[in-house]
Amino acid sequence: MISVTGVTKRFGDYVALDDVSLEVPDGSLTALLGPSGSGKSTLLRIIGGLESPDAGRVEIHGEDQTSVSARRRGIGFVFQHYAAFKHMTVRDNVAFGLTVRKRPKAEVAARVDELLEIVGLAGYQTRYPSQLSGGQRQRMALARALAVEPRVLLLDEPFGALDAKVRADLREWLRRLHDEVHVTTLLVTHDQEEAMSIADQIAVMDHSRIEQVGTPRELYDRPSSAFVMRFLGPVTRLGDALVRPHDIALSHEARPGSLEAQVARVVHLGFEVRAELVLGDGEELAVQLTRGEADELELAVGDIVHVRSTALPRALAEPEPAALSA
Amino acid sequence: MTVSPRWRIGLRAVALAYLGALLFVPVGLVFYRTFEHGIAAVWASITTPAAIHAFQLTLEVTAIAVPLNTIFGIVMALALARGRWRGKGVVNALIDLPFAVSPIVIGLSLVLVYGIHGWLGPALTKAGVQVIFSVPGIVLATIFVSLPFVVREVTPVLKEIGDEQEQAAATLGAGAWTTFRRVTLPSIRWGVAYGVVLSVARCIGEFGAVSVVSGKVAGETDTLTLLVDKRFSNFDLAGAYAASALLALIALGTLLAMTTINPRKEGDG
Repeated sequence: MISVTGVTKRFGDYVALDDVSLEVPDGSLTALLGPSGSGKSTLLRIIGGLESPDAGRVEIHGEDQTSVSARRRGIGFVFQHYAAFKHMTVRDNVAFGLTVRKRPKAEVAARVDELLEIVGLAGYQTRYPSQLSGGQRQRMALARALAVEPRVLLLDEPFGALDAKVRADLREWLRRLHDEVHVTTLLVTHDQEEAMSIADQIAVMDHSRIEQVGTPRELYDRPSSAFVMRFLGPVTRLGDALVRPHDIALSHEARPGSLEAQVARVVHLGFEVRAELVLGDGEELAVQLTRGEADELELAVGDIVHVRSTALPRALAEPEPAALSA
Repeated sequence: MTVSPRWRIGLRAVALAYLGALLFVPVGLVFYRTFEHGIAAVWASITTPAAIHAFQLTLEVTAIAVPLNTIFGIVMALALARGRWRGKGVVNALIDLPFAVSPIVIGLSLVLVYGIHGWLGPALTKAGVQVIFSVPGIVLATIFVSLPFVVREVTPVLKEIGDEQEQAAATLGAGAWTTFRRVTLPSIRWGVAYGVVLSVARCIGEFGAVSVVSGKVAGETDTLTLLVDKRFSNFDLAGAYAASALLALIALGTLLAMTTINPRKEGDG
């Protein structure tokens, strides 16, 4: 388990972390999710020992690590831009941590081959990092980090430098790898979809603080703030409340509590249909429907419809007047 | 930039003429004049005891100055590229002083510090150490003039590669020395090699600062460049050309070494 208590970090006048506390359960895959500049990478680097906090405590498996150097923390760290040792072959990269620990040659070779097998790079032993694709380099970096059998694995935007397709493949792969290896993992990302799709637990960060911690489902269904709600998925404003576009029901007749709106635009996206409506007070409203629902309503531009929220009451009234957000 | 063929040919001709007039012809003439009277005369001229000693002294001085400046240069480059400390800007500017100041001024300043009537002179004389008009002075002058090369070659390389690889090594359990030896040094080796080659060339060719502090005692404190100057001043033109040719050959050899320093294809990744 990783346990962070009351960590504060300043860079000059800028407060990067403001009294942050977090627990990462053993064997979990936890995501630190937040916009850039929210402090998530700084928190990860403090846990990894690459930065030192101005105040607070970092524990790994119950041991205080706050003043322990990175090399003695027993962590594996994966960087956004791979940090591959460019002058070494894939084999030497992965073996680095083991040779530093002066393990017997035969053991090192066997372990490297085993790890390269796990990350799908068997046969790439004698290549140099420049001869690998971005995704392969990151998998090599992961094998290198896992080689020393770290107590915790820390990943700093590991797929951030890859293109969308590779990123989606790799995160599925990482999830499966985690189910096999079970090492306690903390992953930093600004991509809510990435966090939602692979993490057991997500900690949402904003403005140097942790906003909310919970399972993806909890965060999506019961966000504790408008920020978390907006960050985890598209939202739209209906009256005073923020709702998800798919939590809005349309009908031709007025229902209790429903509002009148005019259809401004209908977009068919395969199974999904997005309708843009304008409420009586001029506010715009985005609604997400299934194709079946849309066909049943025979939505057309200019129609007058009645809308109401089907979401559980959340009382997320929000004063700021930003209308449409995705 | 696109230019018409006529312009392109014209520009090339001008560039080549410039190089030819200023570089190829003079250096070529030195070789021509050297071997004008046959190889035997040349051989005799560069194998006199004074010449051999000058050659040895030049190599000795280089062999002391270059390693020292290489170590200093790497440490300084690390401090400049990685460190956060007060006065870094000033030190960074001062490193270039040996390039900016005329070598003869450097020589004179060394005399002021280490000479008999200099700052440290009396103390050194009492201790029985002679710096000025002796080999230590030549070494000091040579170190001074060749100081910036390695720093200036290595610092930008260090900045460019960043410190992520070093951080990765630390998280994998490597200490500072292991990280330096196995990660940092291999990444900057071409920068270091380039700096060393330039330093060697400068050390061998240094004249101004060395000429002030050497005292030019034949067979004792004459370096190759001083020997050329001495022979030239004594109207021993053939001897001067022969020694010059030797210097030029060493320089060519160094440059050749530099062009064979051709980074292995590790790519940019």
